[in-house]
Amino acid sequence: MTSPLYSVIVTLVQVVLAATGGPLLIGLMAKVKARAEGRVGAPIVQPLRDLRKLMRKERLHARHSSVMLPLAPMVIFAATTVAVGISPLVSTRPLLGSSADIFVIVYLLLTGSVAAALGGLDAGTAFGGMGSSRAMTIGALAEPALLVAVIALSIQSSSSNLTTIVSATLAHPDWVFGPSRLLALGALGIVVIAETGRIPVDNPATHLELTMVHEAMILEYAGPELALYHLGEAMRVSLLFSLVATLFFPWGVATGHSVLALVVGVGALVVKTALVALAVALIEVRSAKLRLFRLPELLAGGFVLSVLAVVTGLVTR
Amino acid sequence: MNTTYVAVLELAAGAVLVSAVMTLWRRNVRSIISMLSLQGIALATAAIVLGWHEHDVALFVTGGLVLVVKGLVVPGVLRRVARLDPRSRESRPLVNVPASLVIAALLIVLSYVVTSRITSLAPSDATRLVPIGVATVLVGYFMLVTRRRAVSKIVGLILVDNGIALVTFLLTSGVPLIVELGSSLDVLLVVVVLQFLMVSMVHHSDTEQLTEMKALHD
Repeated sequence: MTSPLYSVIVTLVQVVLAATGGPLLIGLMAKVKARAEGRVGAPIVQPLRDLRKLMRKERLHARHSSVMLPLAPMVIFAATTVAVGISPLVSTRPLLGSSADIFVIVYLLLTGSVAAALGGLDAGTAFGGMGSSRAMTIGALAEPALLVAVIALSIQSSSSNLTTIVSATLAHPDWVFGPSRLLALGALGIVVIAETGRIPVDNPATHLELTMVHEAMILEYAGPELALYHLGEAMRVSLLFSLVATLFFPWGVATGHSVLALVVGVGALVVKTALVALAVALIEVRSAKLRLFRLPELLAGGFVLSVLAVVTGLVTR
Repeated sequence: MNTTYVAVLELAAGAVLVSAVMTLWRRNVRSIISMLSLQGIALATAAIVLGWHEHDVALFVTGGLVLVVKGLVVPGVLRRVARLDPRSRESRPLVNVPASLVIAALLIVLSYVVTSRITSLAPSDATRLVPIGVATVLVGYFMLVTRRRAVSKIVGLILVDNGIALVTFLLTSGVPLIVELGSSLDVLLVVVVLQFLMVSMVHHSDTEQLTEMKALHD
């Protein structure tokens, strides 16, 4: 198979996998939580059914809303799709893999966050603005930790390109259990929980006014736009989980051009991402949501962990 | 063999520093003491691995001693002390937790910048890790200065001691056994004395917050 065609196929596989696997991942986490709490829970495919139901509904916009309201879900979906497409998740040869710099991925995700905040503000309701403000506060606290953790990862491979980091880690498996990696994993774990709005930071299942963050931003959305919003968010969750899985446990990622390696890569990615989701779901079950004013403590802890990761990375290099 | 030695040593040194930072992070006195216990175990692991690698029986024995004293006995004594004052489980530090974490990050970077010039004089697998020990000492001093509760201050003191011990293990493969024995018993004695002091403090003034004590009594 020629190289450009292979890259296109890899990118398509990754996008399709995230678009179908993302909602399934959300369903899986809900199912694990339900089982751990002694309930039966909705089937894992429930988020996909919800998307189908929402897609059939008519488009409704709040009276005073502007073009930002329908634009926000599209921007979230588009930015996440690009980020999924160029990341080395299934194979180290996706389309535009050479530009999959980790800063590019982070800022593609942030573009989605900014669009989400603007969309929340757009209808002019109190809850939307409150949710946007909280989401931006959490984002501003999580971002330094994320960037410093990324620097820690790029010290060992002397590159901030994701493809290079994954290939270098595959070539040096002893890096994975170094203290720098483990600390960066801890920091990224906290950041991912904050960015995906899981329980110690935000409760995705709440509709209580005082505690809502993400749910407050989407109050004004309905129908196909809500479906696109949910799909984009689900893809974002699956991207963050699979990035953690791939950066820290890169085994199974295809490096060659063969179809078999691609199939193995897909299988490995699904298993690894499901394991990360399982871990997050168990953390959610075991912990209570933090008070909003205690969040800076958690995220400052993540920041210190990432600084520790950088320093130990420099020390042990 | 050599890479395993380096990996275990790096992990142990990393665990010493992480548990030091965790003591600043957690509010609950019980979990702070658990972190201290973890740090003692990590320190002992570092000593034992170094002793194994350099075929140094004295260092090996020191590691065992550290494991018993700093991993088990001192945290055990501190847990008994913490049980004295069940009302105030949470400590109210002078510098709030997010700010102290950021300051800890600065201290860690500072120790790396300062110490890396010293360690570059004799680079080896062990001496490269010295900045981690120095950072632990600095974090310990910071805790000693900014925490109000007596238990937290004792924890800060032990952090300083653990950091110094890590540096000596890494730089000189440990001081002679008799000196290490002396200093370990010294720390244990200090903790026991402070325990008695605190029991009488709680008995007299119903608190162990040092800032609440304004005047001297007979």
